[in-house]
Amino acid sequence: MTVVDTGARAGGAAPPPAGRRGRPRDRRRRLLGRNPSGLLFSTPYLAYVLVVFAVPLGFAVWISFHDYFFAAPGADVDRPFVGLDNYTDVLTDPDVRRSFVNIGIFLVINVPLTVVLSLVLATLLNQVVRGRVFLRVSFYVPYVTASVAVVGVWLFLFSGDGLVNEVLGPLAPDPPWLINSFWAMPSIAFFVTWKQLGFYILLYLAALQNVPRELYEAAATDGAGRLRTFRSVTVPAVRPATVLVVLLSTIIGANLFTEPYLLTGGGGPNGASASPVLIMYQRGIEQGTPGVAAAIGVVLVLLVLLVAWLQRRFVGGGES
Amino acid sequence: MQRRTRVTAAALTAAGLLAVTACGGDDDASTGGGDGGDGGRGDITIWYSNNEAEVAWGEQMVQAWNAEHPDEQIEAQEIPAGASSEEVIGAAITAGNAPCLIFNTAPVAVPDFERQGGLVSLSSFDDGDDYVAARSGDIAEQYRSANGEYFQLPWKSNPVMIFYNKEMFAAAGLDPENPPLGTYDEFLETARTLVSSGAAPKAIWPAPTSEFFQNWFDFYPLYAAETGGAALVEDGSATFADDAGRSVAEFWKSLYDEGLASRETYQGDSFADGQAAMAIVGPWAISVYGENIAWGAAPVPTSAGTAADQTYTFSDAKNIGLYTACENQATAWDVLKFATGQEQDGLLLELTGQMPMRQDLPGTYPDYFAANPAYEAFGDQAARTVEVPNIPNAVAVWQTLRDAWSQSVIFGEGDLQESLQGAADEIDGLAGQS
Repeated sequence: MTVVDTGARAGGAAPPPAGRRGRPRDRRRRLLGRNPSGLLFSTPYLAYVLVVFAVPLGFAVWISFHDYFFAAPGADVDRPFVGLDNYTDVLTDPDVRRSFVNIGIFLVINVPLTVVLSLVLATLLNQVVRGRVFLRVSFYVPYVTASVAVVGVWLFLFSGDGLVNEVLGPLAPDPPWLINSFWAMPSIAFFVTWKQLGFYILLYLAALQNVPRELYEAAATDGAGRLRTFRSVTVPAVRPATVLVVLLSTIIGANLFTEPYLLTGGGGPNGASASPVLIMYQRGIEQGTPGVAAAIGVVLVLLVLLVAWLQRRFVGGGES
Repeated sequence: MQRRTRVTAAALTAAGLLAVTACGGDDDASTGGGDGGDGGRGDITIWYSNNEAEVAWGEQMVQAWNAEHPDEQIEAQEIPAGASSEEVIGAAITAGNAPCLIFNTAPVAVPDFERQGGLVSLSSFDDGDDYVAARSGDIAEQYRSANGEYFQLPWKSNPVMIFYNKEMFAAAGLDPENPPLGTYDEFLETARTLVSSGAAPKAIWPAPTSEFFQNWFDFYPLYAAETGGAALVEDGSATFADDAGRSVAEFWKSLYDEGLASRETYQGDSFADGQAAMAIVGPWAISVYGENIAWGAAPVPTSAGTAADQTYTFSDAKNIGLYTACENQATAWDVLKFATGQEQDGLLLELTGQMPMRQDLPGTYPDYFAANPAYEAFGDQAARTVEVPNIPNAVAVWQTLRDAWSQSVIFGEGDLQESLQGAADEIDGLAGQS
């Protein structure tokens, strides 16, 4: 042992120990990798992901195949395997189907609006010299304010005799926004876009810091105007941030709950603003059928994964 | 490297799923609530509602019991905050940390709590059924579970009536002491007068939102009155897709269509804020509005008009449940009887204005009703109340009705009769499930 150690210190080129002495180290390296301490650092996060995401997700999948309900510890309960029954119930339930259509409408409005507004505002904010901090904080305040508080303000603004209708006068929709079957979901989409905008502006601001100045100088030298520079330099340069914004706003938007719960009185009118997560809450928590709620959740996860994959494929380009 | 990572990830995922499956896939016997009977004795915990008046009642009740029972002390607290008491209690049952007694158990949630194995059958105590029947009389029958046992003690009701603002009625040229509100036609005409005269922005403003319980404060009281006490579901079948149900629905539809009731959610208390001239409320409203509004109370209307002493309404009851997580169930049962005895019921009436569900309430507490005549009508009404049916899938049943109501009555879409019949058919299926 001593000889081998000395040799290694002297030249570092000694051949690997042969025979029985080398095998345990190889096995250890194969199992733990070249830097075992890396495992030590990654274990807490791995445990977190397992406990907070993987296990509940696996449990939800298990529940979705059973006639499950929550029971007291030690209670004798029957939770039979029901195969695809919960999925059949979900896919044939008009309320659930409508909620998926609603969330589709929401995403079609919310995601593009979020990307365009946050990029444009971040670009403008990046050029502002005076009052930059004030403006950044102003955009960020709605994001950090509790939805419950902000919803109250919007209810006053968009009620029948609210400020928005006062301004619009005869152009105001009848019935008013939040109880109008056509406008309820777009109203929620506008609200969520406005509320989340500060966060996405922040992401774009960080991305804009990394765009090389030389690109703008080259564009200016070539005679590009402001709009042309924005289209040909800024937009391509922040594409990784755009992919992130699209993915995050899709995932967060698909989990919409608070706004239809509070803003439109539980997904009204007539379910026109009910979201899949709101229906999950009703079925799983209020009505005591977690199996059906879990099946909705699994379908939602699969659809979000599909949408995210399509977005990454078509928006992400070659970005990794 | 990549292959090893994939193998490790797959192994970890499989381990997680196996652990989950092991946690969930256990038993295969059916359940009901637990049996109490010969539970132990010792300290217990209880939860009560968080409104000021009930906290005052709860504190004095606990103090009175603890002073007499040094070896069986009560530790009391308000029900923890949550989206609703029912969700908090359901979570506590699942976690196994529910208290012994909860003095705010909603009848609509009892079938689910029972199915969860969270409730002790009060019938399993030797004097269980006798005590419930002796205290509440025939009205207690509504609270029996499908197997004939009591998993809740009928405690107090808040029979709902029409509250009206006398000043607004006077401003509209209506008689504030004897307003025409007995029939649907009278009520509608009164409502039109109130709004067209400018005395009130809206005649009445029940919450138009989609929560499952909102029909308890628009449809159900009037349906109980119209039918002389029919429940929403009887013998496993929905009852409301009949002439009575349709006339109640048409009455409310007229109010919404004519703008006499609002389709928008009001942020606050529309009656207290002078935005509506009427409200459907229980006796709790007397202490809330009493000093600020000159109010009057009238029974809910019916199509032909019904005498006040024959009018039924919704009870809006809250009951007491004894929970299986309780170790000292014998003590809990004694506390339950102590808290619902004649003395404590009298104090409940005095401190909260809510009606204990005991027989002949006005005759049992004549002094109270003589000193508080405002409560007399509610005390009398308490004898004619209808509860939410004690059936499986109770919340889903009410949500089904609410969705149909929201569509065809509040927003006036589709055919009213078809909508009610569709909801009734769906509810038949839900109520028939175990």
